[in-house]
Amino acid sequence: MFQPSPWRADFPAIAALQRQHQTYLDSAATTQKPQALLDALSHYYGHGAANVHRAQHLPGALATQAFETSRDKVAAWLNAAQSRQIIFTHGATSALNLLAYGLEYRFEAGEEIAVSALEHHANLLPWQQLARRRNMRLVVLPVDEHGRIDLDQALQLIGPRTRVLAVSQLSNVLGTWQPLPALLAHARAQGALTVVDGAQGVVHGRHDVQQLGCDFYVFSSHKLYGPEGVGVLYGRPQALELLRHWQFGGEMVQLADYHSASFRPAPLGFEAGTPPIAGVIGLGATLDYLASLDALAVENHESCLHQHLLRGLADRDGVRVLGTPQAALASFVIDGVHNADIAHLLTEQGIAVRAGHHCAMPLLKGLGLEGAIRVSLGLYNDSDDLQRFFEALDQGLELLR
Amino acid sequence: MSLPAAAQEALDSFEQARGWEQRARLLMQMGDRLEPLSDEQKAERNRVHGCESVVWLVAEQHEGQWRFKAGSDARLLRGLLALLLMRVQGLDSAELAGLDLREWFTQLGLERQLSPSRSNGLHAVLLRMAELVSVS
Repeated sequence: MFQPSPWRADFPAIAALQRQHQTYLDSAATTQKPQALLDALSHYYGHGAANVHRAQHLPGALATQAFETSRDKVAAWLNAAQSRQIIFTHGATSALNLLAYGLEYRFEAGEEIAVSALEHHANLLPWQQLARRRNMRLVVLPVDEHGRIDLDQALQLIGPRTRVLAVSQLSNVLGTWQPLPALLAHARAQGALTVVDGAQGVVHGRHDVQQLGCDFYVFSSHKLYGPEGVGVLYGRPQALELLRHWQFGGEMVQLADYHSASFRPAPLGFEAGTPPIAGVIGLGATLDYLASLDALAVENHESCLHQHLLRGLADRDGVRVLGTPQAALASFVIDGVHNADIAHLLTEQGIAVRAGHHCAMPLLKGLGLEGAIRVSLGLYNDSDDLQRFFEALDQGLELLR
Repeated sequence: MSLPAAAQEALDSFEQARGWEQRARLLMQMGDRLEPLSDEQKAERNRVHGCESVVWLVAEQHEGQWRFKAGSDARLLRGLLALLLMRVQGLDSAELAGLDLREWFTQLGLERQLSPSRSNGLHAVLLRMAELVSVS
């Protein structure tokens, strides 16, 4: 039965891609953008760009107002208590690096940082490198066969020496929700700071950072149908106070002398240089658009498509799905077929999926794989997209076998 | 500069190929004809990095002429490697430096395989080849 997406027409690029015979199934890498975002960017650039938090002139005041309104919208989207708990960065990766550098002074040799075995490089490497700089121990929480952090083992491994727990909410390779409530509660009881990488999780469903009870929550705009170049770092007020300033220059300064300076508190103190103003305004417009949708309808649509994807993969001989995906995506390998070959043939047929290690090399290596194919869904996908993918997959396999 | 005979033959086949399926079949046939590498040649020093697939490239020079061998665990990439080698085999450094390999793959209708964003690694292989040739 055909399952249309009621929101497909809101994303003009989907039709453009279709005219080029491209079926876009790589939304976990980046998403297509709603018309509302295109309009907001065009309006901002068409009506007078200006720098924010500096100028006394009217364009500057308008840009600053629009920029700060976006901060309110992000705070509302995450249910943060106050807008000043939202720091804009240049992406999720830079938000995580800000945390790793901004918290570094607190840690001593021999202390521990816990991450999971399924982290994206963005939530692994900043902590790995921090551990190396400070002679700390990086503790890797193992993942079970379903692709979820093994809670029993994790609760043993997170102890009084753990200073930071940094984990993904939804795996970008396995499509599994991680058992955050138990992990975060335990880590906090042990006195550790908790960091949630919401890059994938934020795209599916609404998440309440206060309910989640994490110290920091990070996501990137471009995976949430917004522009690139913008990341978000949410922090609990007490946690934000712990952050040391990291990058210097621009309006993060309070007073500057040749030999010393003082800096603003969060959020502006952590937004050095000119921020991605249009991008932040665009993210605000995207959130308005997303907030206008029927959240339950979106959830049902995504969940039905995801089931369709999993059923189709299960129906095919030799296809092995990694873990037990619960949302948004599925990664798979095919017995006796190199994933580069199947990726090549899917590309030839206009199917845009991702092949490779998905920026999680240690995870793939741990599974004994060089790579995998990942199909990921956005709210604009419909069942025809999946049908085209399956037909292309069958054709490709027939050729290779 | 006229094409080596094997390359001319491959070009004729690709020019006649219709659609992605025929091109893919041809690529696989080409790949099957690639001379296999010895275990000794499949060494880390011959690995081409920057590919999602495992690729080896061995370059040797005999009396000024280059002899390349290449291999991969991915079939279609083996085909691309075979097409590359048949174009460059036996050239000297000056000839290689003057050769536009992008042009060669464009003639074959495979120019998209050369994009730096492609994870298949042909782009990385060309960079590696240029590096090997330039240092000797």
